[in-house]
Amino acid sequence: MHQGIQGENNVSTSIQTTYNDKVVRQFAVMTVVWGIVGMLVGVVIAAQLAFPALNFDVPWLSYGRLRPLHTNAVIFAFGGCALFATSYYAVQRTSHVRLFGGPLVGFTFWGWQLVIVLAAISLPLGYTSGKEYAELEWPIDILITLVWVSYAIVFFGTLATRKVRHIYVANWFYGAFILTVALLHVVNSAAMPAGMMKSYSAFAGVQDAMVQWWYGHNAVGFFLTAGFLGMMYYYVPKQIGRPVYSYRLSIVHFWALIFTYMWAGPHHLHYTALPDWAQSLGMVFSLILLAPSWGGMINGIMTLSGAWHKLREDPILRFLIVSLSFYGMSTFEGPMMSIKTVNALSKYTDWTIGHVHSGALGWVGLVSMGALYYLIPRLFGREKMYSTRAIEVHFWVATIGIVLYAVSMWISGVTQGLMWRAVESDGTLTYSFVESVKASYPYYYVRLLGGLLYFGGMLIMAWNVAKTIAGSRPADVPVLAAPAHA
Amino acid sequence: MDVLYLLVPLSVLLVFGIVGVLAWSVWNGQFEDIEREGERILHDDDERPDDSR
Repeated sequence: MHQGIQGENNVSTSIQTTYNDKVVRQFAVMTVVWGIVGMLVGVVIAAQLAFPALNFDVPWLSYGRLRPLHTNAVIFAFGGCALFATSYYAVQRTSHVRLFGGPLVGFTFWGWQLVIVLAAISLPLGYTSGKEYAELEWPIDILITLVWVSYAIVFFGTLATRKVRHIYVANWFYGAFILTVALLHVVNSAAMPAGMMKSYSAFAGVQDAMVQWWYGHNAVGFFLTAGFLGMMYYYVPKQIGRPVYSYRLSIVHFWALIFTYMWAGPHHLHYTALPDWAQSLGMVFSLILLAPSWGGMINGIMTLSGAWHKLREDPILRFLIVSLSFYGMSTFEGPMMSIKTVNALSKYTDWTIGHVHSGALGWVGLVSMGALYYLIPRLFGREKMYSTRAIEVHFWVATIGIVLYAVSMWISGVTQGLMWRAVESDGTLTYSFVESVKASYPYYYVRLLGGLLYFGGMLIMAWNVAKTIAGSRPADVPVLAAPAHA
Repeated sequence: MDVLYLLVPLSVLLVFGIVGVLAWSVWNGQFEDIEREGERILHDDDERPDDSR
């Protein structure tokens, strides 16, 4: 499999350096753990929407407090750990060097876990800055900043000490994700503390809304898209065993995405106090984004061209390829929803929830699971996962779950949108708000079922991972010598 | 909307930064033999420790 590494570089005197896979193992296992926690909380709040009695009149079990716990746990705990694990693995392998930064590497792991635990405590207690996807209070924000700067030092330090001249495209995506998230976090979390767990945002009113969605949309764009595209560009070719369909296109994909993403945020503020021109600018850039997104999606899927039969035999590949089709679907749906006339119907309805989850469950979730199924056996010195059959079952359970989730929310969203805008000939509203809530109930049951299936798939994965790891004795892997042409 | 006076210049600065990195990567020769680069990661496979060890 590997190149003749003993060729010219067998320096017998020095101890062979190894890759730092310990931190990758830690993050990989915690991805599964936090996945279960975050998705369980998701199932709980889906059940609360279907059966409001499940709030139990206990403040820290109420929907309003658990919802940010769910979003933080799945995005930053599950997604974050997956990004740490996959980026640390890929950057070492593509750079032929051990992770840079010594003790900082361990700090990124333990620091990030501490952030997650603090979030899991403070959010149910009701501490929140009220900013969506950035609810954590200022002391935790400072800890996030420290961890993130360390992450940047480790990642870019590793790149700087690389033994290969070319920087592989996946590292560009990971790098952009790390830098941009740092900038977004610092600007959006700027606040004046008023006590240990209370602060006031540095911005006010519509200004704060604009900063919030500049952050919010770019968090989607760089945390949930660029980061996971880095994952895609390394693990899809590796799992298929072929180079990416067009490496040239992957470079164009990267630069086009980086140049246009920053400006799309205002589409979250259509029909608000935000000036019209800013709304329209956001809409135009959102539409432009369709091109690089689909370029990347096609590039990923076409990597399979000529080897489509592998899709039948390899369930891990199915995770990766289906995740790309969900990426294509949500990056088509997103620009459409940013068109102001479409947005007039979809805004504030469950359609948005459906859109987010086809992206989150379909794209982010499946690509992470596929990458983990690739990584876990390699990290723990196993030939393959304990049960291939279980991967297969996980794939189908998860996919059916996503379809149920997305379809029920689409129907519910369009129903709500149509009911809210319906007017009688005398200009009065046809429906009261509560009638639209009542009309949504059937879809909330279906959504709960979809969420349960997806969560069930995650449990199957956890069992499979535990069985694969049990009794393994992970060995340190020596760093590959630089190839001759580097 | 005074905040746009912060966000727009910030984004423009960022674009200049990105242009700078793009220029670096072009002049640095990052894209000289790019189709081959796609293939190289496939040869980066580790020596797999076998289970019997």
